[in-house]
Amino acid sequence: MSVAVLPHTVKPHPITGVYSGKLGTWLFLASEVMLFGALFSSYVLLRVGAPTDGPAAWPTHEQTHLSWKIGGFNTLVLIISSVTMVMAWASLKMNQFAKGRMYLALTVALALLFIIVKLTLEYRPKFELGLVPAHNNFFALYYTMTGLHALHIIGGIIVIGYFILPGSALWHRDPEYYTNRIECTGLYWHFVDLVWIFLFPVLYLL
Amino acid sequence: MGGSHADVSRHVKAYYAVFTTLAVMTVVTVAVAQFHFSDIGNVAVALLIAAFKAGLVAAIFMHLKWEKSPSIWWALGFCAIFFVVLMSLPVLTSQDSPPQVQHTMWDVRAAAPATPHAGH
Repeated sequence: MSVAVLPHTVKPHPITGVYSGKLGTWLFLASEVMLFGALFSSYVLLRVGAPTDGPAAWPTHEQTHLSWKIGGFNTLVLIISSVTMVMAWASLKMNQFAKGRMYLALTVALALLFIIVKLTLEYRPKFELGLVPAHNNFFALYYTMTGLHALHIIGGIIVIGYFILPGSALWHRDPEYYTNRIECTGLYWHFVDLVWIFLFPVLYLL
Repeated sequence: MGGSHADVSRHVKAYYAVFTTLAVMTVVTVAVAQFHFSDIGNVAVALLIAAFKAGLVAAIFMHLKWEKSPSIWWALGFCAIFFVVLMSLPVLTSQDSPPQVQHTMWDVRAAAPATPHAGH
């Protein structure tokens, strides 16, 4: 029985000059830029269009109940997770599988910490105060943008978790292919970090 | 990107340098937000710092500094053009409304009739 082999998973494609998974990941990330870009664009439109006073005025920091300390803490958590992710790839590239897997596990742990902080210290207290998405335009945007971002974090946890456990069998069969897949996962993970780098000042500080 | 053992060891130093810079710039972002320059000034400073941090992540963590594939740069170039168009939409939208009308979603909802819409 012949097994179909996916071409150009390790060696660069002669036309694109890169292994195909990487180009695919970048095309996907380009579509993600437009997805989050549309939300940032909506944010600018609604904020600039909001009246300066009255009930529809844009809420002040006191009214949003957003803590820059919690947001800043989560920013650091994501930055550290980006370092552990890229270190996982670097370790695999240097043929250190156990170390690479340890860094992947650290990345998942940090991602879980981010989600736990988000749900317990940010979303729950706001829901208890009645600050739900329907409260005003700010909270509609806040929950849509941070919620979509959190879904991306959860997606990342699933993918990295796959590569720590069942997916790691690929390392023993084709280490270069496995390392490339971790690089693609890393590209996605750094993009999620990059979105947060903009979300944090826009929502918590401005 | 190229990936000999020595190359990667060199990159690791860059990764930690970027991490330190990102952490420091996060503190700077919070610190400058405590001052009020002007509405535009605060937005500009915050976005400039964010863009600098994002650039570091893209260049070093996402390996764009070493990326040579023309296909990836073409894709990113088109993405950048469309992103600029997308971010210009709010400005273009503000040009097409009479100045005395306040356009917010809130106003539209407040002005709408109280009766529910009939289904079709």
